Amino acid sequence: MSGSLSGFACPAPDAGGDKITLAHGEGGRLMRRLIQQTVLPRLGNEALNSLGDAAILQTANSRLAVSTDSYVVSPLFFPGGDIGKLAVFGTVNDLAVSGAKPLAISLAMIVEEGLPLETLERVLASVASAAAQVGVPIVTGDTKVVPRHAADSLFLNTTGIGEVFFPIPGPDGLCEGDEILVTGPVGRHGMAVMTCREGLEFNPAPTSDCAPLLDAVTALQQSGLPVRAMRDATRGGLAAVLHEWAQSSRLTMAVQEAQVPVTDEVRGACELLGLDPIHVANEGTMVVAVAPGAGEAAVKVLRRVPHCEGASRIGQAIMGGIAPVVVRRVFGPEIPLDEPLGAPLPRIC
Amino acid sequence: MKFLDEFRAPESCRRLLERIRAAASREWTIMEVCGGQTHGLLRYGIDQELGGCVRLVHGPGCPVCVTPLESIDFAITLARRDDTLLASFGDMLRVPGSRESLLQVRAATGNVRVVYSPLDAVTLAQKTPDKQIVFFAVGFETTTPATALAVQQASRLGLKNFSLLVSHVRVLPAMELLAGDPGNGINGFLAAGHVCTVGGFDTYEEFTARYKLPVVVTGFEPVDLLTGILECVEQLERHEATVANCYSRSARREGNRAALSLIDAIYEPCDRPWRGLGVVPMGGMRLRAEWAEWDAQRRFQQEMPPVAEPAECRSGEVLTGRIKPPDCECFATRCTPESPLGAPMVSAEGACAAYYRYALARRDPRTR
Repeated sequence: MSGSLSGFACPAPDAGGDKITLAHGEGGRLMRRLIQQTVLPRLGNEALNSLGDAAILQTANSRLAVSTDSYVVSPLFFPGGDIGKLAVFGTVNDLAVSGAKPLAISLAMIVEEGLPLETLERVLASVASAAAQVGVPIVTGDTKVVPRHAADSLFLNTTGIGEVFFPIPGPDGLCEGDEILVTGPVGRHGMAVMTCREGLEFNPAPTSDCAPLLDAVTALQQSGLPVRAMRDATRGGLAAVLHEWAQSSRLTMAVQEAQVPVTDEVRGACELLGLDPIHVANEGTMVVAVAPGAGEAAVKVLRRVPHCEGASRIGQAIMGGIAPVVVRRVFGPEIPLDEPLGAPLPRIC
Repeated sequence: MKFLDEFRAPESCRRLLERIRAAASREWTIMEVCGGQTHGLLRYGIDQELGGCVRLVHGPGCPVCVTPLESIDFAITLARRDDTLLASFGDMLRVPGSRESLLQVRAATGNVRVVYSPLDAVTLAQKTPDKQIVFFAVGFETTTPATALAVQQASRLGLKNFSLLVSHVRVLPAMELLAGDPGNGINGFLAAGHVCTVGGFDTYEEFTARYKLPVVVTGFEPVDLLTGILECVEQLERHEATVANCYSRSARREGNRAALSLIDAIYEPCDRPWRGLGVVPMGGMRLRAEWAEWDAQRRFQQEMPPVAEPAECRSGEVLTGRIKPPDCECFATRCTPESPLGAPMVSAEGACAAYYRYALARRDPRTR
């Protein structure tokens, strides 16, 4: 038996780490720090510094939104979507939540040597069908082929340009009492890709929510309701958006767990893997903030939009909470909700 | 969702809370052994709700937290070799070794693979014949049967490129170490329901007889946790100390016989150092002599030299319930999930991680 039970210690590890790890790209705190400490000091300007989904550029007679995104999803095809559909809707959604209607998008492809032509054709067919669905042309593009192992089969980049038709204040303009909504069940995309990639056999399997949000944004605009902020809850999930909003607004985002919609498939998979759906990525679900009292009406408007039938009011912005984001579980006191650090890692037991 | 909602039902929770408050004539100190329970308690704020009746102290039942530094360093050494792939549960990746974590090694070498089951590592070995696949076998009795199965499977397939870095631990010897420490102040234990599902709880009967401390087999959902706490408090109020099963939907007295005989066929108990606790007599598992060829330590002919641990991290005191994470000067200052000093800050079941995630604001209330 070891002598005593006191005086145990752990080592002080190398605190910094001079390499980029996967966690730097996963939408959590590490990524935010990388952007703020490494990217912005070198490249920052007025449009970039806002770190919105899209940059807003003022021209002589209109406001343009520009957004870019790269897609490296593995596997290329997953339940509910594929990299092509994702690349179109992802960029269209970044424009849409900035209140912009897409005018045109570009498509750049980085292809690994050896990719079957048939795979590329399937992806392009999916790009074409997604672009047709939202009525946006692909107006320019680029193709690069790299040696085997220099990329993982196929990477896409899309850049979109749109015209702002629905100017909204954004997260800086959030006020006390504003109501927070989501447009549908959370965590579907992340769980669909994870279970597909890892060969976890759930029945039924979670499917991605990959879909355009333009109709939802248009419906909100036409309703005339006072929308304060919109954000698609991609990497880092709902929790990442709430943390960004808390930081921009200096308010606390207070959420009721019981009101956050989650499908049974996602909930089951998350329970098994020890993950919280609030931290898991979406690709067709956004968080919306509306002025106090407008929450119910906004939910009604959204539920009439295809794909947003599961919209729900999940909480509100409050002053002086105990933490930037707090969640009330089905029972018990309010608990702080941590900002995701990086991609969630499944637990042991 | 069936088998979930009923164990989170707000009404049941409130009723149980009231019964605990009514039953407790003083504040009892109860240790929940498993880190999964710690997270459940903090996630729902149960520890706050029970203030004054029950003081919950957090036990050593987090396999990631107690995996010795030497084992992590050895795993890192293997992952730095060109001819080796280290397969691990995801949870181990962020844990700091003495110089770096597996996550950092993965970024540098690409030789670390996250798997969901030890059998996936066997499949990886089949598919990657030009590499040695080492599975980092950590965990309590909950994961031991699966790694035993992996060895059997690899043997059946005649694989020459698969081995285990064994760091399995056993929960009861650690409880004995804690219970035998005169200064522990613990009045009762919540035993880990899933460990008992595999190992049974007949073995706890001798423990309660010797130490006169109630042991309640407890699950992980709020209703489970509160039911276990209520049973423990009621026993204490009656001056009783017995083994009670409050996780009967899963745990049986004799455990899972098939899993136990599988463990017994492949492994035998041994003394093992626990990170933070020191050597726990019979606190670990090693491969039996006839399975020794599957031992990565033997295959790679490397000793695991003891690594001296500097004094700043107090995870040993956290793991033995002597202090709570916020009592550590480094908590949330020099030690955070991005830059951890010790394993409890990064493991999904670590007590420091639970406090960081769910209770940071209690220590540092923000006023804005």
